[in-house]
Amino acid sequence: MRLDEIREIARIEADREDGYRHRINVCVAAGCLSCQSASVKDAFEKEIAKRGLENWCRVKGVGCLGLCSGGPLVAIEPAGILYHTVSVSDVSDVLEALDDGPLDRLVCSGETPFFKRQKKIVLENCGRIDPERLEDYIAAGGYQALHTALTLMTPEEITREIEKSGLRGRGGAGFPTGLKWSTVAKADNETKFVICNADEGDPGAFMDRSVLESDPHRVLEGMALAARAVGANHGFIYVRAEYPLAVKRLKKAIAQAEHAGFLGNNIFHTPFRFDINVRLGAGAFVCGEETALIASIEGQLGRPRPRPPYPAEAGLWGYPTLINNVETLANIVPIIREGSQWFAGIGTEKSKGTKVFALAGRVNNTGLIEVPMGTSLREIVFEIGGGIKEGKQFKAAQTGGPSGGCIPEHSLDLPMDYESLAQVGSIMGSGGMIVMDETSCMVDVARYFMEFCRSESCGKCVPCRVGTTQIHELLGKITNGTGTAGDLTKLEELCDLVKHTSLCGLGQTAPNPVMSTLRHFREEYRAHIEDRFCPAGVCRMGRGKEGE
Amino acid sequence: MEALKETASKAQDETSKRADDPRWRRVNRVMRLHGYRPNALIETLHMVQDTFGFLEMEALKYVAKTLQVPLSRVYAVATFYHFFSLKPPGKHTCVVCMGTACYISGAAEIMHEMQEALHIEPGETTADGAISLVTARCLGSCGLAPAVVLDGEIKGKMTPAAVLETIERWQADASG
Repeated sequence: MRLDEIREIARIEADREDGYRHRINVCVAAGCLSCQSASVKDAFEKEIAKRGLENWCRVKGVGCLGLCSGGPLVAIEPAGILYHTVSVSDVSDVLEALDDGPLDRLVCSGETPFFKRQKKIVLENCGRIDPERLEDYIAAGGYQALHTALTLMTPEEITREIEKSGLRGRGGAGFPTGLKWSTVAKADNETKFVICNADEGDPGAFMDRSVLESDPHRVLEGMALAARAVGANHGFIYVRAEYPLAVKRLKKAIAQAEHAGFLGNNIFHTPFRFDINVRLGAGAFVCGEETALIASIEGQLGRPRPRPPYPAEAGLWGYPTLINNVETLANIVPIIREGSQWFAGIGTEKSKGTKVFALAGRVNNTGLIEVPMGTSLREIVFEIGGGIKEGKQFKAAQTGGPSGGCIPEHSLDLPMDYESLAQVGSIMGSGGMIVMDETSCMVDVARYFMEFCRSESCGKCVPCRVGTTQIHELLGKITNGTGTAGDLTKLEELCDLVKHTSLCGLGQTAPNPVMSTLRHFREEYRAHIEDRFCPAGVCRMGRGKEGE
Repeated sequence: MEALKETASKAQDETSKRADDPRWRRVNRVMRLHGYRPNALIETLHMVQDTFGFLEMEALKYVAKTLQVPLSRVYAVATFYHFFSLKPPGKHTCVVCMGTACYISGAAEIMHEMQEALHIEPGETTADGAISLVTARCLGSCGLAPAVVLDGEIKGKMTPAAVLETIERWQADASG
């Protein structure tokens, strides 16, 4: 494949699209699929055929359109209309309204903050391209960044661009991506690996899944750029087996890219070669930790090992290995295309670019959002999220899953960046954000997360294995109304111990949900212990409720 | 020497016996594609479970022998990862998502009702083999919480009553 051939494909695609008077895009990402969007798409195709409109309208399945709570979503181009909750019976009405303006009862206003407040970089193609067609990705400018990097840039220049952009790892910890790349690039070894961490295990997080399902080629291109920069020739994508659609689309995308020569030998007629294999996770949360993930790819138990040596020095089968998260890799293409200066101009001083959040819980608009780093929690919950459901009271937002914490109401103006979140005892995490209202009990939420960590602890180190069990038991006592006065001190001591002595990130961050709720919602713990009363009415006090 | 030959021919027999079964051919294909390397273990177990619905002891032994991995390690891997199941699934499966968004939107209540209705704990199958009750960590359908997967189909915004309706239909099927 040469550059002019890519441009030719893009031109043909653009002409083909322009030939249609109406283009109907039906969301076929997991959220909308579970509201039967596939049958809506079929119904559109049948109805268009029945009316003989094939030359005027085309129907396309696209990736996530964002507003999952309004699924199935249908976008009409070029009119720029978005319809929500479209059912099979609405199809003929939608088709009839094509020429005479929007169908009022289903239309979603594009002027709402949900759409206006977002800035899409990672998700720029989501909802626009058909994730199963390479031509669509090429028409959206795909693989041109890889061409530029391979023909006009040295590996050092690619790494420097990423360093200058200020991009930080989107998997949770926020380690500078450029620094990681340059460490692997400096490692002296013929064989190196690039791994894409798509083991999105945090409950309440579905960003990576949406990116993989909506725009898989972007991740492949990001991996190829990373491989070129660090000098690797083999890549792995470690993806959850629980995401069958993402796995299917990834495998299809890899086959297409190989066929077109974007993967394999002599990519763009340069000596660069790179291949990608998919490895399925098997439902172990700890495998999101990089050394455990490597062990799992090697076919072993997914147990972490002490670092150093870091995977950058000795990773997969002992070779230098670069591990980046899906969203991190999805940021690479726009940085190379638009330049590091552009990227560094977005976000805050220390957190550059945007962040994708999976907004869920008790807000009106749930779904996938992307906002510049530094956007306040208040904007996300009350403007983009449209406020709390049923007019209830905001209580807390939980970020970072089982490794994160609960942010209380008085911190609503907190800017969403790595440092600010750490200050209030939470973490950015991979981007799950669960909004809770007065009907959620914070002690019960802490118990819920501790149950998760207890069950997901791999059992290798004692503090995590025993500590999480002890903390969970104490929280169980408190939530069933048998807590005693000394329990809170004991909880704090245990949390401190587990945090400072566990082997890997799972154990070190497992106490976060407990510590952050103890810090911000201590009176709720007290009410459970002293008054045997659950203010939210969730815990079945005195009825001996054990964990689920 | 004779004994060795006998073992070798037995192994040969077993492989060729399995080669006649299209289901085992799928499994063999995965191992072959990975060059029978021990690191193909997890990929192979995925294919076994995908084909047979669960990991039978015989299958574990066969994979261990073919990939030359100690059976103890195959067993360790099969039990370490939650995705693998050593027990056959019921005819119907009900997966209740216990992700955070689902949990705070009433998943625990759904699970509680299911346990009452089926008289089993999560991870178990009813005595007649009709229905399995499973929990999921997070299905990633948080926008539609609470989510339940009924025989492979994800249903969003569920209530205990809606799930019970399907369960009762399954129970009627089984007894009828």
